[in-house]
Amino acid sequence: MLKAEKITKEFKREVNGSNRFIAVKETSLQLEPGTLTVIMGRSGSGKSTLMNMLGGLILPTSGSVFLGDVNLYELSDKKLSELRNKKIGIIPQGQTAIHSLSVKDNICLPCTLYQDDENTEENAEKLMDVLGISELKNAMPSELSGGELRRTAIARALIRNPEIVLADEPTGDLDDENTELVFEFLKQTAKSGTAVLMITHENIAEKYADKVYRMNGGILESV
Amino acid sequence: MKTKGSLPLKNIKGKPVRTAALIMLTALLSLTIFGGTLIVTSLKTGLYSLETRLGADVMVVPYEATTKEDLSNIVLQGNTGYFYMKNSSYEKIASREGIGKISAQFFLASTSSGCCSMPVQIIGYDPQTDFTISPWIKKTYDKNLKDLDIVVGNDLNAFVGDKLSFYGVECRVAAKLDKTGTSYDTTVFTNQNTIKKLIQSSLDKKLNLFADIDPDHVVSCVLIDADDEHSPEEIVNDINLHVKRVKAIQTKDMISGISDSLSGVSDIIGILIAAVWILGIVILLLAFTMSVNERKKEFAILRVIGASRKKLSLIVMQEALITGMAGGISGTVLGLLILLPFTSLTEQMLGLPYLLPDVGQIILFAAMSVLLSLVAGAVSAAVSAFRISRIDTALILRGDN
Repeated sequence: MLKAEKITKEFKREVNGSNRFIAVKETSLQLEPGTLTVIMGRSGSGKSTLMNMLGGLILPTSGSVFLGDVNLYELSDKKLSELRNKKIGIIPQGQTAIHSLSVKDNICLPCTLYQDDENTEENAEKLMDVLGISELKNAMPSELSGGELRRTAIARALIRNPEIVLADEPTGDLDDENTELVFEFLKQTAKSGTAVLMITHENIAEKYADKVYRMNGGILESV
Repeated sequence: MKTKGSLPLKNIKGKPVRTAALIMLTALLSLTIFGGTLIVTSLKTGLYSLETRLGADVMVVPYEATTKEDLSNIVLQGNTGYFYMKNSSYEKIASREGIGKISAQFFLASTSSGCCSMPVQIIGYDPQTDFTISPWIKKTYDKNLKDLDIVVGNDLNAFVGDKLSFYGVECRVAAKLDKTGTSYDTTVFTNQNTIKKLIQSSLDKKLNLFADIDPDHVVSCVLIDADDEHSPEEIVNDINLHVKRVKAIQTKDMISGISDSLSGVSDIIGILIAAVWILGIVILLLAFTMSVNERKKEFAILRVIGASRKKLSLIVMQEALITGMAGGISGTVLGLLILLPFTSLTEQMLGLPYLLPDVGQIILFAAMSVLLSLVAGAVSAAVSAFRISRIDTALILRGDN
């Protein structure tokens, strides 16, 4: 279980005469296994900043993030990176494939980065099969469409069977058919026992969610 | 699949133009350091070789033989030529004070036309008195040369037991000398009896510029070592003052002339190496910085999937080391291919004694060049590696959208 306790994030930025910009106001949130949590909100509302803090990528200005009993931000960079690699699958915004690697190599990268090759190929094949990109396993990212790249990023986030999946606008530039496919897949992932957090603009996401929040001006509200 | 180990390699392969440019640049660095070091060392080795073989403090030649420049051309650079003075001059020189050792030499330049097997400078020496040539000929051939026996320089296409003909006189190759990097590599050595026969034969065939000389009563030059109480300078001054129609020269003067040229060439090569390296490292720095900037997002992705800051730095450094190694080896091999087969040409172009160092030293220089190229790549990439380890992952990913 991933738990955020009273986290905030401030940036130095000139806003309305102040040099501080509060991206996320004091927020507490719990992501539970088997649950698909959706956060909706406008651009700039602080959704991605919140997700990055939950994923150990941005140090909160205050508050703590726990994965089980471990306070993420008390870990060294090495330990936190290793924990993120093994337990948190992140699907970032946009196209995020490594261009020098094939689809399959991209998907396997989190495992091979730490030389954990056990069952990697088998898991990758399964994920590619479920996500409908098996035939593209040897293709290079430059040969893929936006939807295919997004599915590659999803498979890469799930290759380690992580406890937590954090997806930032996973359907950002996809058509309706691909959007529903991704939502359905993340729903199934949650059902298998993973705690899934999805940030999205898509209203349709609500029908897949177990919990829905809305973020506005750095404040997270339950819907 | 070993993506971790091969990620830098795949990144390198993924950008063939950038990679080729980096490898070529590193190869240029390695080529300049290896080639430059090898040339300078070969020149120094050649000069040392010449110094140890000249042996005499003073050389005396007939006055017509001339200006110092011509003389050094004949004696040091291997330009074929010959001249003679009467035996009486030798006797007058030998009677001067301060002479420790003295020996005469006889020169004859063969031509390539019908008379001779090959065009060479032939030097005859007196084994009884010689103190310059015999000691190092003895390193290869420790017997006394019989009449009509010759010892050939390393660059001559002749081997022990071969028969070579000069002006109709057939001579047997008794030994082949080690490479010296000087004119001696294209010289034939023989004793005074043999060379007198050759001179006589060249006269008989009317192929000698000096038509009216008697080989039994001439010498080409006289080599002198000063005794303990006199300096070479004193002997030179004394001979030039008291013996007519000859010119005495301190051999050190000739060597110091070459030494000055060598120092000039070394300085120029040193400046060129430094310029290429400064420019090369600046370009490498820019290339790595640009490359890392261009791939910031890829590094951010690696952070997202769990690469630590140290791992990111290692990827950048591994890429630099792979291109550095490839460039270093290519440049060094290119240097070997350019310099080793063309030593004679290099010697001719530089106009200085040029002798390649031994294989062990060449291997050491090659290893050093590759190592320095690796270091250059690593140093250039270190700044980028440090910067990439400090990237703000979230900011980069957000900036992309």
